[in-house]
Amino acid sequence: MNEVRNVRHIPDRLDNPLRSAIFSWEALLIVVAVAIFLANSFASPYFLNAWSLSDLTFNFTEKALIALAMALLIISGEIDLSVAAIIALASTTMGLALQAGVDTPGLVAIGILTGLVCGAFNGFLVTALKLPSIVVTIGTMSLFRGISFIILGDQAFKGYPESFAFFGQGYVWWVVSFELVLFLVCAVIYYFLLHRTNFGRRVFAIGNNPVAAQFSGVRVARIKFVLFCLTGLMSGIASVLLTSRLGSTRPSIAQGWELEVITMVVLGGVNILGGSGSILGVVIAAFIMGLVTFGLGLLNVPGIVMSIFIGALLILVIALPIVYGMLRRSRA
Amino acid sequence: MKSLLRYREIWLLAAIVALIVAVAFRRPSYASFGNLLDVFNNTSLLLILAMGQMVVILTRSIDLSMAANLALTGMIVAMINAAFPAFPVPLLMILAALIGLGLGAFNGLLVWKLNIPAIVVTLGTLTIYRGTTFLVSGGKWVNADQMSPDFIGLTRYLIVGQPLLSWLALVIIVVFVVLMTRTNIGRAFYAIGINPTAAVYAGIDVGRTKFIAFAISGAIAGLCGYLWVSRYVIASVEIANGYELNIIAACVIGGVSIAGGIGTVAGAALGALFLGVINSALPVINISPFWQMAISGAAIILAVIFNARSERKHGRIILKSQEVGHG
Repeated sequence: MNEVRNVRHIPDRLDNPLRSAIFSWEALLIVVAVAIFLANSFASPYFLNAWSLSDLTFNFTEKALIALAMALLIISGEIDLSVAAIIALASTTMGLALQAGVDTPGLVAIGILTGLVCGAFNGFLVTALKLPSIVVTIGTMSLFRGISFIILGDQAFKGYPESFAFFGQGYVWWVVSFELVLFLVCAVIYYFLLHRTNFGRRVFAIGNNPVAAQFSGVRVARIKFVLFCLTGLMSGIASVLLTSRLGSTRPSIAQGWELEVITMVVLGGVNILGGSGSILGVVIAAFIMGLVTFGLGLLNVPGIVMSIFIGALLILVIALPIVYGMLRRSRA
Repeated sequence: MKSLLRYREIWLLAAIVALIVAVAFRRPSYASFGNLLDVFNNTSLLLILAMGQMVVILTRSIDLSMAANLALTGMIVAMINAAFPAFPVPLLMILAALIGLGLGAFNGLLVWKLNIPAIVVTLGTLTIYRGTTFLVSGGKWVNADQMSPDFIGLTRYLIVGQPLLSWLALVIIVVFVVLMTRTNIGRAFYAIGINPTAAVYAGIDVGRTKFIAFAISGAIAGLCGYLWVSRYVIASVEIANGYELNIIAACVIGGVSIAGGIGTVAGAALGALFLGVINSALPVINISPFWQMAISGAAIILAVIFNARSERKHGRIILKSQEVGHG
């Protein structure tokens, strides 16, 4: 889905760093986040409370973990629609292992490993067989969740050990949950990976121009393969957290999450056509989505209505800079 | 004969026939004419929807909001019918197509005027339309006893022994064959999919053409909103949840290239029928319906591999180039 009109203009004069920081996407997102935070505080007396704010983070940490890896994948010009299905399959293999008498450390390892294998399978299809990722992952999305359905049918795995519950329900310190800490640690790791390493530069290079990257000696296929593996790995980790939080496995677990994860990434300023984006943006977008869903939840707004806000937010945040640019150009 | 084999549609048709024959070995009645007509009728909705999606995919876009559009439109016409049973049903069907057209045009405008990638626009409107369905209905269902007999009966009205729904699917296929092969706009869809830059130089407005493609897929989704509610006699927020991916799957299996510009009406129709035959065959050969999802997933992956082989451009390869084709 590349666009002809997506031409980059070279500006006559570069903006100074302060000016570009103020008008950056991240700054816009922070304004939106603060506005929603304030609106929430006024709208509900239950919002400004350490435990409420802690509960809020459970809304998005699992999705946001996947969004970190998905951001890199989308920047490289690919996409993975199978992440929610990977959660279902990884949760199912953990359930099978549980039935076989495996204990907590083994369950975690199996969940994460399943995610990694699924990601590698996607990566193999896309890079070795040179197939478009959007269709491949629509296929594996049905395949992975389909395998869950074959194994479980309308049944569920229950009875996870108490020690397993820590990952999705435990707190590291006071109101700070294990999930939140894990997300923040991963966010820092992904920040360095994308913005401070050669690997990250190559990801941007591939997204901007895969042909030029190839000719510059970037191993395009290998890096894309690694990115699919990372996305699978993060989905496996998310599966451990979600299964631990829910305490059960059904094949319909995490249904529709792939679209929420992608919404998070795009809202975070990652160009869906590849080539640009930042981890900071994705992290702020994750908090925004958490704030919106939690705040509306406190006001007893049903989840389906919240999705209208998320959808409108996605289009508005992307349309606003475009409309602003149009107005400025028409005035000039 | 040899030139015929070059068409992927022939291979897909052969696969469908092989599937039917294989199932008939287990249960001969499956291959009876009457049963096959039933299978066609059950697949009609997917078939019609695949036509709309195909047009959008040809233009290098994607419409993820079709199922949500269907649910919203279906809910609106069902509620109109429940409130005013006297409102003529054929008019209601046209109204459904018009509402869908409006929703599709909204997608198209955002893609055309603001140049936002289609996948982002329809990802957003997917949740907006589905959420609006909830707002409109208040989360309530419209059940069979609230619908007028005409409303339920129209899709079941028999013409030469076959329900109207099947005939409608046939008519729509013919309309799309004419549209895609005999009109300027049909050529334009292919042109901007194959090479948008060249299309601009040939005098085609890329944005406007995409807008028309989205309007068409919206109208199709809206029409199917009525057909779906009439066929399954229920309107709720959840109808056709996730179905957008089935529609895309039908197109992909039918050889419509996600990179745009490649695909035919016959291919998309056969892709839908392939999925329809699989779904109807599983219970016949005593395989649990829970296998359905994994099998269609595997079918999609195989179809993509197969299509990629035949789409690959043969040219001089200077460097061992990897991802160069798409971008």
